[in-house]
Amino acid sequence: MTTQPTNSRRNFLKVAAVTGGGLVLGFNWLEAEAAEPLTVEMMAATNAPAATTAGLGFNSYLSIDPQGIITILSPNPEVGQGIKTAFPIIVAEELDADWTKVVVEQAPLDTKKFERQVAGGSGSIPHSWKRLRTAGATARQMLIEAAAKRWSVPATEITTEKGFVLHSATGKKLSYGELATEAAQIPVPTDVKLKDQKDFKLIGSTIKNVDNPKIITGKPLFGLDFYREGMLFAMLQRPAFGYKLKSVDSKVAKAMSGIVDVVTFGNNVAVVGKSTWQVKKAKDALKIEWEKPAVSESTADHNRLFKELLDSKEATVRRKDGDVDAAFKSAAKVVTAEYQCPFLPHNPLEPMNFFAHVRPDGVELVGPTQTPELARNETAKLLGISPDNVTVQLTRMGGGFGRRLKADYVIEAVQVSKLVNAPVKLIWTREDDMTGGSYRPAVRYRFEAALDAQGNMIGYKLRGVGMNAGNPTREDNFPAGAVDNLLVDSVDYNKTPITTGPWRAPITNFLAFAEQSFFDEVALAAGKDPVQFRLELLDKAKQKPVGAVKYDLDRMKIVIQTAAEKAGWGTKKGADGKLLAQGFSVYFSHRSYVAQIGEVVIQKGKPVLQKVYSVADCGVVVNQSGARQQVTGCIVDGIGHAMYGNLTFKDGVPDQKNFNDYRLIRLHEIPQVEVHFIDNGIEPTGLGEPSLPPAAAAVANAIFKATGKRLRNQPFVEEEAFKGIS
Amino acid sequence: MAVYNLQINGRRYQADVEPDTPILWVLRDHLGLVGTKYGCGIAQCGACTIHLNGEATRSCVLPVSAIGTQKITTIEGLSATGTHPVQQAWNEVDVPQCGYCQAGQIMTAAALLKRNPKPTTAEIDATMTGNLCRCGTYHRIREAVKVAATKTAK
Repeated sequence: MTTQPTNSRRNFLKVAAVTGGGLVLGFNWLEAEAAEPLTVEMMAATNAPAATTAGLGFNSYLSIDPQGIITILSPNPEVGQGIKTAFPIIVAEELDADWTKVVVEQAPLDTKKFERQVAGGSGSIPHSWKRLRTAGATARQMLIEAAAKRWSVPATEITTEKGFVLHSATGKKLSYGELATEAAQIPVPTDVKLKDQKDFKLIGSTIKNVDNPKIITGKPLFGLDFYREGMLFAMLQRPAFGYKLKSVDSKVAKAMSGIVDVVTFGNNVAVVGKSTWQVKKAKDALKIEWEKPAVSESTADHNRLFKELLDSKEATVRRKDGDVDAAFKSAAKVVTAEYQCPFLPHNPLEPMNFFAHVRPDGVELVGPTQTPELARNETAKLLGISPDNVTVQLTRMGGGFGRRLKADYVIEAVQVSKLVNAPVKLIWTREDDMTGGSYRPAVRYRFEAALDAQGNMIGYKLRGVGMNAGNPTREDNFPAGAVDNLLVDSVDYNKTPITTGPWRAPITNFLAFAEQSFFDEVALAAGKDPVQFRLELLDKAKQKPVGAVKYDLDRMKIVIQTAAEKAGWGTKKGADGKLLAQGFSVYFSHRSYVAQIGEVVIQKGKPVLQKVYSVADCGVVVNQSGARQQVTGCIVDGIGHAMYGNLTFKDGVPDQKNFNDYRLIRLHEIPQVEVHFIDNGIEPTGLGEPSLPPAAAAVANAIFKATGKRLRNQPFVEEEAFKGIS
Repeated sequence: MAVYNLQINGRRYQADVEPDTPILWVLRDHLGLVGTKYGCGIAQCGACTIHLNGEATRSCVLPVSAIGTQKITTIEGLSATGTHPVQQAWNEVDVPQCGYCQAGQIMTAAALLKRNPKPTTAEIDATMTGNLCRCGTYHRIREAVKVAATKTAK
């Protein structure tokens, strides 16, 4: 490969004419962003295969055809977080495109062109914000310069508006389509100016999901909708947790109509056939003997283990400030409470599935995944081939919530395709999906707070113990920095065969509930208003920080104050003239700050969750419609799982297998939700997850206010305290 | 296996399948109508909702042999281009998040409005609560049904 350092930028913008003479721009957004010219080494790395490009290469692809249709490829997987709408909005904003002329297409996995094709961690917009803007602005500048050349006027006199280039002095006007071919010949500008935020027209407006037309008419979009001529269908019988395959009698299954083969790999038995229903019936007809593990786990075992771990002498210290022992010794009052949550399945409504075709020359993969690169790499590793010989097409996902960050189901499809030497769509039934593992881990927390005579929190201890939970704390989160003597430690029980993984707002989805409920308990013990209690701690951290403070005290303070103001905290009265029972909660996660207030009224002697106010600081809001739904959906999700979500085990087998015995929140159970954003112009931080963690505590604290009953374990419906009030 | 003649979206279809095959899988695997979704297979989530003689019906537990001459409408037959008032309302309110459950939600809503063109909020809730949305788009679903009602009532 030859590289020309002196002309580096030119190399990275690959301009090619498409059929019909339009403009196709392939950007390297790293380059567009780089302050210094790239070195030969960096360029080589950027153009090299995937393994070496991480952190360097980032490309996208934008084309304008002579008719003015702008096609924007969206590289990141769409899982319902709205990225397929939000990414193109950012590009189109800086391009000054007419949104009605923008066509959005899902890009396949391409690690040479794109970077971080992942749906996870609420990180897509923060990661790509500047790259996407630069891409749009670069194309806009090229169109301006093409017009300047054609009209022989200075480029500085030219403006753009909604897909047109204008020269006001002469009244000349050309569409982007008309200029596309000429613009393609323009040298790539080296430092484009990004818009002033006040000039944003698309960013911050209300734009509909770009896939709505297909969704509302039932067009094929999702993984399960993918069909290929000659494709076979497959389902697996997997072992329960810790079990091993002993023997399988597939005589009956194999003889059933439409069944092509029954194959085994590892501890799995795969039924392969000509239609989903035939395969499902044959799967049910398998006679399998499993070898039970020496000790098979039940929920009762987990509960016993939690109690042992909470008293373990071998905890991993996560953060230690000051001297907690001395603080607790000198305390005027000590508050202690424990909180626990169960395992949770993700339950995306589209169950796991994937299409795989293992051919002699490579592998074709199509389906729903939050991590296409992982799917590709694990496939390559399994088959001992180069990742370059594996292609991954991304379908829209019927939810994921973290479950599709794993590639286990992709690998299953690959295994089956290889064994039967045919294109295969592997499908999990709902029961497979709910019992198939990778759950939100069960966790228990013990909180202790030491208060002095004035009600100041002088000591704070948190121990988190979990089942395959890794570190179940977020040791540097609030109140770290605000308490002189603090100890956060954890113990993980990693011997359970029950598999766990990220579940929307990993760890914080329950930690926030536990912590924010505990703060309510501490504030009460300290005789302080819960909002004031938190604000005092933030002020203390600001004036005299203890150790490192890794969150923004001011951003947190502002969401707290704004939520209190919006909800009429401490002043709002109900129809009966009495103060409403409100519960407060605030949490920092995925770079964003969200405060929420739940409002409970007593109707016919029972508490009813009437409303949740939410104030989020996620920096610039890209799409009002998508953003508001993310917040609302997070609240519904957070409340629903806190109320009802429960996966229990008997001998390594989940007790709940489908929606008849696993309860998800339904439409009649939702409270009113009022959504606010802090308009501060900060570059976007995360939004797909941060509004979930605080929701449950806002509700539970309001229920406490209304009834005096403290909910410490999830699901609430299983709590004795809740049974007394519901 | 047996051959079934089916009336779907005003067209005649033929499928050679086993009698106990749920119509959901006949639509999806055999007829290429994939708008109707699989969610649970036990009539709990509503993702598979179709109209059988105009009534909202769970297609995942309805064997093809039970259909006979009854008329089926799927999301593809509500209107091919999204012009049905419920589809329009779903777009206007921008209901879909992941979108997977929405065909079933739309079919349930369309059947409700046909039966009851001006439902109260309580009536909307009582009907729509049968359809799960894992993303939690319930507020917008409720609003979209109301918007659709204003369109159909005109």
